[in-house]
Amino acid sequence: MHSDTLIQVDHAPIATTIVEPRKAFWDLELGALWEYRELLYFLVWRDVKVKYKQTALGVAWAVLQPLLGTLIFSIFFGRLARMPSDGVPYPVFVYVAMVPWQYFANALTESSNSLVASQNLIKKVYFPRLVIPLGSVIAGLVDFCFAFLVLIGMMFYYGITPSPSIFLFPVFLLLAVCTALAAGLWLSALNVQFRDVRYTIPFLTQFWLFATPVVYPSSLVPARWRMWYGLNPMAGVVDGFRYALLGKSAGPGPMIWVSAAAVVVLLLGGLLYFRKMESTFADVV
Amino acid sequence: MSSIAIRAEGLGKRYRLGASVQYKTLREVLPGIVSGAVRRVRSIGSSNSEAESFWALRDVSFDVKHGEVIGVIGRNGAGKSTLLKIFSRITWPTEGRALIHGRVGSLLEVGTGFHPELTGRENIFLNGAIMGMRKTEITAKFDEIVAFAEVDKFIDTAVKHYSSGMYVRLAFAIAAHLEPEILIVDEVLAVGDLAFQQKCLGKMSEVSRGGRTILFVSHNMPVVEKLCERAIVLHEGRVAYEGETSGAIHHYLHSTLAANTADGHIFDLTNATNRRAAAGNLLQRIELYTDDDLPMLEGIRIGKGLKAKVFFHLPKPVRSFDVGLGFDDMFGQRIFTANSLFEPARPTGEWEGSQVFVCEIPSFTLMPGMYHIKVWMDVNHTVADTIFQAARLTVLESDYYGSGKAPWNGAVVMKHNWYVDESANPLLVSKLENKP
Repeated sequence: MHSDTLIQVDHAPIATTIVEPRKAFWDLELGALWEYRELLYFLVWRDVKVKYKQTALGVAWAVLQPLLGTLIFSIFFGRLARMPSDGVPYPVFVYVAMVPWQYFANALTESSNSLVASQNLIKKVYFPRLVIPLGSVIAGLVDFCFAFLVLIGMMFYYGITPSPSIFLFPVFLLLAVCTALAAGLWLSALNVQFRDVRYTIPFLTQFWLFATPVVYPSSLVPARWRMWYGLNPMAGVVDGFRYALLGKSAGPGPMIWVSAAAVVVLLLGGLLYFRKMESTFADVV
Repeated sequence: MSSIAIRAEGLGKRYRLGASVQYKTLREVLPGIVSGAVRRVRSIGSSNSEAESFWALRDVSFDVKHGEVIGVIGRNGAGKSTLLKIFSRITWPTEGRALIHGRVGSLLEVGTGFHPELTGRENIFLNGAIMGMRKTEITAKFDEIVAFAEVDKFIDTAVKHYSSGMYVRLAFAIAAHLEPEILIVDEVLAVGDLAFQQKCLGKMSEVSRGGRTILFVSHNMPVVEKLCERAIVLHEGRVAYEGETSGAIHHYLHSTLAANTADGHIFDLTNATNRRAAAGNLLQRIELYTDDDLPMLEGIRIGKGLKAKVFFHLPKPVRSFDVGLGFDDMFGQRIFTANSLFEPARPTGEWEGSQVFVCEIPSFTLMPGMYHIKVWMDVNHTVADTIFQAARLTVLESDYYGSGKAPWNGAVVMKHNWYVDESANPLLVSKLENKP
């Protein structure tokens, strides 16, 4: 039996693929993911393009969502409940948190259903399936950019000058992206098998919103619970955003490290679970 | 240097049947976990997983050389699509493995990934990317793709406004311009009009002439015959036949015939399965004889006589009845119809009860091969009973023209002569006249 693995045809050497029952799911095949980066780009491009076609307000929705949320929270929590806001006008206080939060909530919702929504592709075309939830998570960043621009505008309006710590915000953004991806991997893989998952998302995001210091400062949480509180990675993200952009609150402190560790664990676990279930997607979806 | 493009080694794919195949809800699963645990404790040592699963593919092994065009045929559910999915890495085999040398481009469905809201132009890029083309590749081939699809005027309109024909043309045009070393095509030529199908076939021939390997699944036998050098027949997940295309097609068609009990020259139709009978089963039996009234046991030589005796039963008296015999070749193409409608001396009067209607063909001029005979009966000018593939007839070679050579090409033979028209050519006449 021949065992040659490389043949020259035209100019490119041809590699051999072996298709056999899958054993090692800890091989994340990140190389294949890099090879399909153009597909990732096109899927993100498609999601972004399609999202606002045939809408009247178009991309303005990317800004209206967090703004309207801020408005409502400002009235009920800021005015009526007189929530403390770290010495910063409440609307800005909330909006700074709403921008990454809205990104996270949307990315989570989209990515958790992404595999089922793309079942046609999954059943008919080969590509590393990681591309799908990853695409949803990245597509959300476009909306994030618009909301962020409005945030800058808002900061000027309220006369808040950014401090050098503003350059740290990409770090916290990355943390948000990783959290969204981690949760998305778990949920999308579970959703393929158990369709209930999709219906739990709205409830999950609601609950998560209140577990995250969006409408209240994290200083409200008693010190002895702060570490447990930090297990919610979005708590670290929001505190980080507030710190980076408003400069007034003290740094997020040791809680951020708990958040970061939680994300790493969640992400790695998510990647492994996703890879383990990947071979069943085409058959079950 | 290895010339193998694809090697399948004992491929098997098992699917779990029933509830476990479907996606679940937690509500269904939670009680299942408890009962499952109980079941598992009870059945320690015994494996009952085989009972609830089914093997879509079992022990499939074959080789495909570089540049070959291989057809994969078989009944619905034989495992063809599953096999292609494994080669395309969409699903994994349960056992065995496949070795693939080269980039694979799969066309398992036309228009996968098309988004209705995007324009034709945008979808070309999207679909091309999904199928594995690089952006630069797509840009380079963009004009060719649009030209092949003939949608130039509509390229910037949203695809949801396309007609189904345009949709399919565009989708195939993109796939046709993939340049993988191995192209896997699953039954996609079934869509589209005739002109489009011709175009697709032309393109596929072009691709194969370019030295690429093609794995082609289709139910369209003439197309498979035309494109593929070799073919594999899959039957219930196993390789039933592997070899030259016409042999494979023959095997496939032969094995899917309705199971009529055939006793050489007697075909019992009382239990025929491939049947449409509006008012009860009238046709009972067909018997084939030579023109000397000997049973047609082995086959008929071209040009010899055939007698087909059709036995039927008329429960009520009828004034007129007709029987037709359709002779179809191995592709299901109708070559010749014998119908009592064309008989000048038709039976008159009233008929009832069991009858034998004989069709006498003095000279059977169909080319050698296997023919399936469809039989139907009209009663009082309405179709009453039809049986598909009711009987089989083999036509054997013979020196029909008396030339020492047996004819081999075409669907029929016809008596004909060849001669030179000497009166038309004066030069020739004078030459002949001047011959000593």
